[in-house]
Amino acid sequence: MSTTTTAPPSVPPVGDARRSAFRQFLDRSDQLGIGVALVLLVVLMAIIAPYFWSVNNLLEVMRQVSAIAILAAGGTFVILTAGIDLSVGSALGVTAMVAIVLSSADAPAIVSIVGALAAGAVIGAINGVFISRFALPAFIVTLAALTFLRGFVYVGTGGTTLIPDSIGYGWIGQDSILGVPYAVVIMLVVYVVGWFVLNRTVFGRQVMAIGGNAEAARLSGIPVRRVIFLVYVISGLTAGVAGLIVASRLESAVPDLGTGYELNAIAAIVLGGTSLAGGRGSLVGTFIGAIFIAVITNGMTLLNVQSFYQQIIMGFVILLAVLIDRLRRGTAGD
Amino acid sequence: MAIENSPRPVVRLRGIVKRFAGVTVVNGVDLDLFAGQVHVLAGENGAGKSTLMKVLAGIHKPDAGTIEIDGEQRSFDVRTAKVAGIALVHQELLIAPNLSVADNLAMGREYRTGLGTLNRRRTRERAREQLARVGATFPETERAEHLSTGQQQLVEIARSIADNPKVLIFDEPSAALSAREVANLFRIVEEQRAAGTAIVYITHRMDEIEKLADVVTVLRDGKFVETLPIAEASPEAIVTRMVGRPIEALFSENRPPAGEVVLDVSDLGDGENIGPISLEVRAGEVVGMAGLVGSGRTEFARLVFGADEAKTGTVRIDGELLRSTSPMGAMRAGVALVPESRKDQGLVLGESIAQNVVMASFGSVSSAGVIRSRAVKKVTDSERTRMGIKSPRDMKVRQLSGGNQQKVLLSKWLQTNPKVLILDEPTRGVDVGAKADIYAIINAIAAKGVAVLVISSELPELLGLVDRIVVMREGRLVAAFPNVDLTEEAVMQHAFGVPSTQTSSNPILSKKALS
Repeated sequence: MSTTTTAPPSVPPVGDARRSAFRQFLDRSDQLGIGVALVLLVVLMAIIAPYFWSVNNLLEVMRQVSAIAILAAGGTFVILTAGIDLSVGSALGVTAMVAIVLSSADAPAIVSIVGALAAGAVIGAINGVFISRFALPAFIVTLAALTFLRGFVYVGTGGTTLIPDSIGYGWIGQDSILGVPYAVVIMLVVYVVGWFVLNRTVFGRQVMAIGGNAEAARLSGIPVRRVIFLVYVISGLTAGVAGLIVASRLESAVPDLGTGYELNAIAAIVLGGTSLAGGRGSLVGTFIGAIFIAVITNGMTLLNVQSFYQQIIMGFVILLAVLIDRLRRGTAGD
Repeated sequence: MAIENSPRPVVRLRGIVKRFAGVTVVNGVDLDLFAGQVHVLAGENGAGKSTLMKVLAGIHKPDAGTIEIDGEQRSFDVRTAKVAGIALVHQELLIAPNLSVADNLAMGREYRTGLGTLNRRRTRERAREQLARVGATFPETERAEHLSTGQQQLVEIARSIADNPKVLIFDEPSAALSAREVANLFRIVEEQRAAGTAIVYITHRMDEIEKLADVVTVLRDGKFVETLPIAEASPEAIVTRMVGRPIEALFSENRPPAGEVVLDVSDLGDGENIGPISLEVRAGEVVGMAGLVGSGRTEFARLVFGADEAKTGTVRIDGELLRSTSPMGAMRAGVALVPESRKDQGLVLGESIAQNVVMASFGSVSSAGVIRSRAVKKVTDSERTRMGIKSPRDMKVRQLSGGNQQKVLLSKWLQTNPKVLILDEPTRGVDVGAKADIYAIINAIAAKGVAVLVISSELPELLGLVDRIVVMREGRLVAAFPNVDLTEEAVMQHAFGVPSTQTSSNPILSKKALS
């Protein structure tokens, strides 16, 4: 470990200090299990489906997972505070719909982009107000939002596929820079920014503190309500970013866009070692979790597994991955 | 003692070893327990007392060593240990708050009717008998969440002794009890001893050892140190063996005279059970607040700090009115509260020492909202030096001993540079060595001109540490004394509300406290 211990080595080891190295390794290896699993999976896929290990396919895997991964980045903040945001799939539908509706009215690209992001932030703010100010359970608030936001998508699209004549931001979902799809670049930027906010800012440390012990955080003068409000805004914002990517790829809005995405995002977060009880987890883990899901999906497609069976397999894989993680950590005592 | 020590012990532990994640917590301990004997296990936090007893109760599987019950070698899980007659009264109470006392007592051994449905009448009758045995006065129909901690513990004890165990283990049972509840607990322990039960009693408290113990075994760092008959177990002998060195003076003496009034509380109350309370604490002064558990001391501290909302009265810091009613506002005015429960209210156990130390003072280690990790390291290392914490700064607080956890919590609040420092039970569950360190730090803080208010249930601690003592009873300040020739008895009389025989020397103050 990178720590320096002031006690000279000749001093008989204090119980606390002696425990540290091993325990810290275990604490930091929260993402280790899923990381190793991902590597094994990639090797396996490269062997049995040679096309998997091609630059084009790998970039395609990344592009396909970008929307879910971005949702999961915002969701990680929420879950670290011991909250949950079930509304992100519907929120993605709303923000994509807003972008497309604006395009249909011939608004310039920048207006559609800002409109989608703003819609996401507003949705997050509504969730956040009910959860932080009125102290309603996050599960219920965002479950309600999942329902009424989906209703808005149906209203906004009139229940059919909405196709504007042209959109000025199709490049987001379709083009590449230096061979890398913009969607992938945006995803990476979201994760880098998110990592910095979570690990290097006061806000990020407050998120971890609240998830670890909300009462201790409050008594330490941390503005608990404001931080909780903000994590839902972040989650809404990432739904806006993901909505833009999806809308620009499809150049249209369909009423059921994003349905079920929230569960994939939560699966990625949990696979990445973040605890639903809050206070423990990381964005690196979430990122690996998202890629893991994408690789399995892609691999099954390459192997011509029927999509119905893909769902069954995916469900069990998630269960298995979390079980292995639990067993691995269970051996660490406590 | 009703029963002679039988030559053969009821329980014989030999060479018990228990490791967690490669760390040896219990290291080759031998222990003999005899019928009708109270065997006190003493040792600092982390000495392995609780773990050793959990091995005996089948909760942990030993990595090495043997357990003999009545001369027969056994290996246990929780269920078979129970059948073999080993009962453990847990430190953390295992009570379902949403169930009635009777249902809690029947948990796991529900009485059924011939039809297989719950036999509610039998359940309640049995519960009444069990409660009577432990001297409980609350009805068996009460929901457990409405009971005080002490009453919940009686439920736990009633459940443990229901099957007349051979071995009864108490793990720091008195930590959260009022004096009256402790007296009742002692009565139960003595009855069980008279009935021929082998009793293990884990405690830190010297007065309990003197009152209860037949033999005392001291553990240190997971190892057996010595078993002493009570005649040889003087407090000095025990403490020396616990810490491995003699503790000279826990408390320092000469403190410079107090300065101006810093904390000025006037008629503060919650509009219900607490207050109105008035109290002044001066710069450089250490004031102790005594009183029974439940007398409103913690609630008072929370009102001052804004953790709960005050309905009446004012708080002034350096003469300035504290208008805000939130911890944030109180902190800005220079108030710090080291709360009673470090695990629930104080620390984020899953975070590192460093993160906990800076948690209440992010402003001083960040620029424009971005944490300066070098500043965090510097602050943490200076606190580790000041507090004598040897563990590395990246270590999770969960892995620290109680004493080190308390030091981290204290560090966190000292980092806010308070003018007023309120400490609620600062040495609860803390070993002797860490206690001495904490007293030294409190003295150093006061010497720097901070106004300190210490809430404590340990009167020797208050008498050794503070300049003045105020006493709370039933939500009010009922007495205040300068700490000169003060006895525990004098303070306790006011805490209990017993009419004092020495009223003239111990003035009872209804409104304004001495300053």
